[in-house]
Amino acid sequence: MKLFLFILKRFFRLVLTILIISTIIFFVIRVIPGDPALVVAGIDASNAEIQAIRVKLGTDVPVAVQYVRWMKKLVRFDFGTSLISNQPVMTLIKQRFPLTFSLALLGIFLGILIAIPLGVLSAVHRWSLWDYFGMVYSQLGMAIPSFWLGIILLLLFSVKFPIFPLFGSGSIKNLFLPAIALGFARAAVILRLTRASMVDELSKEYIITARAKGLTEKMIHYKHALKNALIPVVTVTGIQFGYMLGGAIIIEQVFSLPGLGRLFLFAIYQRDFPLIQGGVVFIAVIFSFTNFLVDMFYSFLNPKIRIS
Amino acid sequence: MNKGTIQNLFFKAAVLFVILLGVTALAAPLIAPYNPTAQDISIRFTAPGLHHLLGTDNFGRDLFSRIIFGTKAALIVGIVSTSIAVFLGMIIGLWAGLGSPLTDSVLMLLMDSLLSFPTILLAITVVSFFGYGLVQVMIAIGVIFSPVFARIVRAEALIIKTESFVEASRSLGTPVLKRIFIHIIPNLLAKVIVQGTITFALAIVIEASLSYLGLGTQPPTPSWGLMLKDAKDYLIQAPWMAVYPGLALAFTVFSFNIIGDVLSEKLNPRVLK
Repeated sequence: MKLFLFILKRFFRLVLTILIISTIIFFVIRVIPGDPALVVAGIDASNAEIQAIRVKLGTDVPVAVQYVRWMKKLVRFDFGTSLISNQPVMTLIKQRFPLTFSLALLGIFLGILIAIPLGVLSAVHRWSLWDYFGMVYSQLGMAIPSFWLGIILLLLFSVKFPIFPLFGSGSIKNLFLPAIALGFARAAVILRLTRASMVDELSKEYIITARAKGLTEKMIHYKHALKNALIPVVTVTGIQFGYMLGGAIIIEQVFSLPGLGRLFLFAIYQRDFPLIQGGVVFIAVIFSFTNFLVDMFYSFLNPKIRIS
Repeated sequence: MNKGTIQNLFFKAAVLFVILLGVTALAAPLIAPYNPTAQDISIRFTAPGLHHLLGTDNFGRDLFSRIIFGTKAALIVGIVSTSIAVFLGMIIGLWAGLGSPLTDSVLMLLMDSLLSFPTILLAITVVSFFGYGLVQVMIAIGVIFSPVFARIVRAEALIIKTESFVEASRSLGTPVLKRIFIHIIPNLLAKVIVQGTITFALAIVIEASLSYLGLGTQPPTPSWGLMLKDAKDYLIQAPWMAVYPGLALAFTVFSFNIIGDVLSEKLNPRVLK
């Protein structure tokens, strides 16, 4: 029953967050100075043309009516029609999302692959070479902007040593460099947390008990401590995954990948308002939903959360 | 050398670097060997050498001079955005912390919704609505980072509200504003400074990212992000165009992060393990 209530509460918060974000987006686009229809139509447009765009944008009716319409459509994931391509916004998003999703997935995978082993080694062998390496890595990871790392990776592995293709998409080879650029900085965050969490765990009393029982250090570190230390790491990794979807916008531009980020960016360049609105809300939904799943998983791993 | 000495060394180097950045930004016209926007197609793509320390770009502009002038843009973004974030955060945080429980929950729900969203996406969205340019970017970054400060300020305000010395001051009839300035703000300063340092670094990265996408600083103003945008099309002819502005960016962010890290350890002994 408590678990059910917990899920219900979290679900309510998920819906509320999405509601707030979409409301903010709705009003922001309407309080900006100037009529979007005028911007879209250009200076030479006739009144009839501008009116037609207003109808298309739905800005020909009072704001309250627009808001109700917007919310009604939102429930059905209907974000309207793109002004440029005349296709439904959701269709465009569906075409582009898989690439961005796989990029983020590969990015988080590579990030975990670096961060968790290094974080654990740093914590187990504190002030060792591993630990110093981990510290240097986490500082670099946080200082090097991902898009610059992307450019440097292109420079090194596509121009200087042509191992990876400079352009194109479709194969995993095309996603590898962008995923590294995306995962590198995120790994720094996960690494720091893994180390801190593991250090924390190793100083607890049950570790002393385990040692008193005569367990080997390996057993203590990797069977007892690691299991508990990873609980907070899971949460942060999940949130990092959400951030990667945002970061993908820039990385896709660096590597010329036709993902959601590029779609969104071109919508901005071309002032395709329905596509901008839809894109933001879509990413917000995905992001909030990821956080929701992470919370669920966390409560599954850590029963304390469910009971309290 | 133990960990403390190494850390101290880094901290000193970082502070020195930040001071150097400040001086560079202020004295850019004196230090830069060339006009950062002067074009000379005849010397485009000159490799780094004696005349052009870091080479020239696709318009024959001197990269070293452009990076020096870019320092100014970066620091202005850091200062203005962080100030906006701190200012907004203070107001919202105090309002939430000292206001009624309803105000508190509504404000914090709003702040949490903002916080639970990828920063870069939020920045791009705001800029896409309000138009491109440095001013819009700075306001956007300021607004986006205000929830972080609002949380800190609110938490502190809630604690301090119940402290006996504040209570005493209240019963003596000290006006609210005066209480805020005398008792609450000084107590907050340490945490706000630490968070401010980190925000400073993040603001510079976000401005560079947006300029890279063409949404931030507009040409021909020298900005590190914009320089990297130009570099992208000439990776083969002029790789130096991509290397040096990024290095400037990374070193700046690195220094601010180090300063933030050391300060937060010094102010919060629990982190040090």
